[in-house]
Amino acid sequence: VSASAQRVVGAAGARTREHIGRPPARDRLAGQAFRAVVVFMALLGVAGLVALIVQSVVKGQATIGPELFTNQPSSRAGEGGYQSAIYGTVLVMAGVVVTVVPLGVGAAVWLEEFADRTRWWNRLVELNIQNLAAVPSIVFGILGLGFIVRGPLNLGTVAFAGSLTLSLLVLPTVILAAREALRAVPAGIREGALALGATRWQAVRHQVLPTALPGIITGVILALARAIGETAPLLLVGATVFVTFNPDGPFEGAYTALPVQIFNYAQRPQEEFRMLAAAGIIVLLLVLLAFNSLAIWLRNRYSNRL
Amino acid sequence: VSRGAGPVAGSARERARELARPRRRYGEKAVIGLLALCALVSVLTTIGIVASLLGPAVEFFREIPFREFFSFSEWSPTFADPEFGVFEIVAGSLNVTLWAILFGAPMGLGAAIFLAEYASDRTRRIVKPALEVLAGVPTVAFGFFALTFITPLIQDVWPAFLGDPPGIFSAGAAGVALGLMLVPIISSLSDDALRAVPSGLREGAYAMGATRMQVVTRVMIPAALSGIVASFVLGVSRAIGETMVVLIAAGNTPNLTLSPTESIQTMTAFIATTATGDIGVGTLTYKTIFAVGALLFCMTLAMNMLSIRLVRRYREIYE
Repeated sequence: VSASAQRVVGAAGARTREHIGRPPARDRLAGQAFRAVVVFMALLGVAGLVALIVQSVVKGQATIGPELFTNQPSSRAGEGGYQSAIYGTVLVMAGVVVTVVPLGVGAAVWLEEFADRTRWWNRLVELNIQNLAAVPSIVFGILGLGFIVRGPLNLGTVAFAGSLTLSLLVLPTVILAAREALRAVPAGIREGALALGATRWQAVRHQVLPTALPGIITGVILALARAIGETAPLLLVGATVFVTFNPDGPFEGAYTALPVQIFNYAQRPQEEFRMLAAAGIIVLLLVLLAFNSLAIWLRNRYSNRL
Repeated sequence: VSRGAGPVAGSARERARELARPRRRYGEKAVIGLLALCALVSVLTTIGIVASLLGPAVEFFREIPFREFFSFSEWSPTFADPEFGVFEIVAGSLNVTLWAILFGAPMGLGAAIFLAEYASDRTRRIVKPALEVLAGVPTVAFGFFALTFITPLIQDVWPAFLGDPPGIFSAGAAGVALGLMLVPIISSLSDDALRAVPSGLREGAYAMGATRMQVVTRVMIPAALSGIVASFVLGVSRAIGETMVVLIAAGNTPNLTLSPTESIQTMTAFIATTATGDIGVGTLTYKTIFAVGALLFCMTLAMNMLSIRLVRRYREIYE
């Protein structure tokens, strides 16, 4: 094809594009306006969430310091800290880990590896888990109040009652995450073990679970990140008391938790307490960031091994 | 190899049968039973919730008739001369939810459309996990943000022709913070729904000369509508069930209004405030908490079922 011929074809192409291929000016303008609206809305949402973090940092930075961890909560301005609350949160979260990991992973293994999905009761369990995931957290608080603090378990308002309540709250999250991790294990690993004569449980215990472990741990960490910030259910199971000493243990002594103490400070009108609340939020956000980073790191590190 | 080859072969066959016979594995059975029990815990949780709500709620309705509970009279159950018109705090919940969804839905859907159709792969790889992390920001933080940032901001920019600006506690400020809280939830679910639209539909529309806006508004949104609506429904359910934001920023006064400038009390705030006080088991106040909790549970349950059903619909069509 000669250069001149190419030029002719090129010109024709350009003309065609101009006349047929391009949408009318009106549509292009509408498209640009629509794009602007979409980008604006997305930016507004993200900007609001960023503003939340910036606001906490700006308000709380002056109060950030070791006193936050060494001072006990106080109703006197300028003297308060979070010691008993942080201690309480550690205690509550330890209880959550101990209960939710075996329960959640066990349930996930059952549903993914053993349950016969054509049976109505197994479908009911799945629907039930989906539903539980969206039950308001305060309703779990009511369950904790009626069944764990009082009623059948009758633990009283101790840290472990808070642990159990939060465990039930994040149980669906753990189950869903663990199931996804189990589902990602290639069928060959399972079938290979079974072909070599392993029983179903042996195959799960020695082959499937180790392979799915990073995914399961990631899910558990994210669930813990959710539990650590929960406030409303703890309010109902006794973590409201203004506690100026550390609880004796998971089964005795009044307790409070970090988000509950933040709420306590945030309610007070004086600026000092608000700064203290903001500092507590920074601590909470840093813990969350650490948890999430760990989860993302785990996911990236092990995701391409399978 | 011939079959009947004497007593030696016979014993070999016996041995083979011996090997092939499955051993009884009691340990295996026990472990599997234990796993099933774990799965049962989630069902027991639901039963526990219903049971713990139902008992005291039934006792409540024995003392206070339905007609008095579901009425527009005042909500003052802890007063010496109590009144139980629950619509006042239901209105409070609907009030904040209304403003939450009005702000949260456009922002969340905007973010979803942006991620699904406009963002480059690189932007998407950064924004999507960032939104997931933001979804984990504790609700106390949103409440604090509403009280110390959104409320002063609204008071500052409040135009005079709208009347008096809102006070320190207002349904609107809590609603805006809740809306912000819904952005990651709505955008993540809507994005999933938009991405589930078969690329053939999209590409077909582009091939016919549609602009990006036309593809989004006339092909992708209609195709993903049930998923998008499901994300809104879940958002509403979240907003109704949220406690801390309203407790911190919306005040705590029962108020039959949908105005964003007034201080209100929601169902959740009532439960949290009353349950943290010093109340005896078996008192009418104690039972009132469970009655309101039962109502809240029923409302969110209905919405969750609707949302699950809607999500399932678009999955069935395209998978």
